[in-house]
Amino acid sequence: MGLNGLTITEAAAGLRNKEFSARELVRECLQEIETRDQELHAYLEVFADAEEQAKKADNIFAASSSRGALPPLLGIPLAIKDNILIEGKRCTAGSKILENYIATYDATVIKKLKDQGAVFLGKTNLDEFAMGSSTENSAFGPTKNPHDSSRVPGGSSGGSAAVVAGHMALGALGSDTGGSVRQPAAFCGIVGLKPTYGTVSRHGLMAMASSLDQIGPLAKTVEDAALIFRAIRGKDSFDATSAASNENNQLLINNDRTDFLKKIRIGVPKEYFGAGLDPEVKAIVESAVSKLQKEGAQVKEVSLPHSEYSLPTYYLVVPSEISANLARYDGIRFGYQKNGDNLLDTYLETRASGLGVEVKRRIMLGTYALSAGYYDAYYLKAQKVRRLIRQDFERAFEKVDVLMGPITPTPAFKLGEKTNDPLKMYLEDIYTAPLNLAGLPGISIPAGKVVLEGKSLPVGVQIIGPWFQEEKLLGVAKLFETLLKRE
Amino acid sequence: MSIYKKDVEHIANLARIKLSEEEKTKLAGELSAILDFVEKLEKVDTSGVEPMTGGTVFPSEMRPDSQIDTSIEDRQAEMLIQAPDKKEGWIRVKAIFK
Repeated sequence: MGLNGLTITEAAAGLRNKEFSARELVRECLQEIETRDQELHAYLEVFADAEEQAKKADNIFAASSSRGALPPLLGIPLAIKDNILIEGKRCTAGSKILENYIATYDATVIKKLKDQGAVFLGKTNLDEFAMGSSTENSAFGPTKNPHDSSRVPGGSSGGSAAVVAGHMALGALGSDTGGSVRQPAAFCGIVGLKPTYGTVSRHGLMAMASSLDQIGPLAKTVEDAALIFRAIRGKDSFDATSAASNENNQLLINNDRTDFLKKIRIGVPKEYFGAGLDPEVKAIVESAVSKLQKEGAQVKEVSLPHSEYSLPTYYLVVPSEISANLARYDGIRFGYQKNGDNLLDTYLETRASGLGVEVKRRIMLGTYALSAGYYDAYYLKAQKVRRLIRQDFERAFEKVDVLMGPITPTPAFKLGEKTNDPLKMYLEDIYTAPLNLAGLPGISIPAGKVVLEGKSLPVGVQIIGPWFQEEKLLGVAKLFETLLKRE
Repeated sequence: MSIYKKDVEHIANLARIKLSEEEKTKLAGELSAILDFVEKLEKVDTSGVEPMTGGTVFPSEMRPDSQIDTSIEDRQAEMLIQAPDKKEGWIRVKAIFK
């Protein structure tokens, strides 16, 4: 494994110590892409100008008299999920309707990464318009899990997860509406963070469900995820739902913190350990909790009584918002157009040809839930239950500092295993979706492996933090990661 | 909740998506199944509960009604490149009125 096997933290140190150049780092990532991506299909596009971007970073390193003061992500090769806009580059959302769409502006997160001088290697595959839990809904073919190519990498940020796990970039951005950063991170054995709703600007992220969407990092370590998160967070005048985060709190890897973190109160929601959870996954998650308990953490069972209503709430609120957000794909101002006899026909034909099956399904569901006569019974009702779900978490956080539980009911499933029944696929979101409804931050970290058909498959554990306390969340995650490495 | 073909046709028209007969039948079944699943929410007592209308519990933030973005100025031509049908600097659509 070459330089592409490094973490961001290691690469940043190496670049500053002049052990290698950004160009060499990028080149080795590109070589890995050439070797592996034919099979994995994690990238939808690899940028021809990647080495050119790296050259700019090398020039900055060369001209600097104080390399230590340079931004942490300078020269670091990252991959970007293809629903985040990079100006001048194609952005497809994994859909035929945007197959040739070229972005006309940078997403705020992209601007922030460009300000640090990060290098973008390309755009990664996703379920169409971020709708899915396996990346099988991409109009351009699925992505394979680097641990077992007969299995899914998860979704919808499956491409980003496979890129990081396959060492085809040092980090990536994904988006998470119901688990789409955390679940693929778990299936691919890497770290995935969904920040508190509002912490990271959604300007330039193709909207799926505006009251749940968040952009988050996928990386090899907690420290790497923290570096990316700190680069992209912040209040943005272009996103009215964005909020200033606690940016002064940088106590992640501070020794004094370790003592505090060791005595942390961990809540384990009893509803998350019921039927449907694979016994081997359950054992790994329970073992993760006891590891922290042995270090001094206080573990309490908590209850989130409305848990069983999370998925029904999610699958009403989200399709409703989807139906509104995807109305713009009508073939008039941008994207694919299929000509009809009149304007109405143009809309009908364009959307019929350009949008995929799952996308249509959710638009239809949402349109129905919002339509006259049904709005109160469905959408309004779901919004009320959503508040109750959020209140469950508020109550839990009065007694504990963080919550821990599974991310996925099983390890990565096989390609094609869940595609014949939409409800089967929706159940994948059972542990992740509640956080998006409540707006909470959550991190997925590797916690163990399960052997299936001779292949070793990663299993993740989820740590859930209180609103706007990502540093605490990252601290606990880092502690756990350290404990796991010790074994 | 049973969704019939005529319901699917009505929704598809609202959603501006043309469906084949096969798709209509399939969707009727799938939507029925999904609605059965979400109907669980009927059991929840939500009397006196305020709907959560966004991603947070914070009130909407306002900003002064003035321009904050100048980066899009003089870029009409670039925006138009994206439009499938245009004429003389305008995006063209089919006539709405006869």
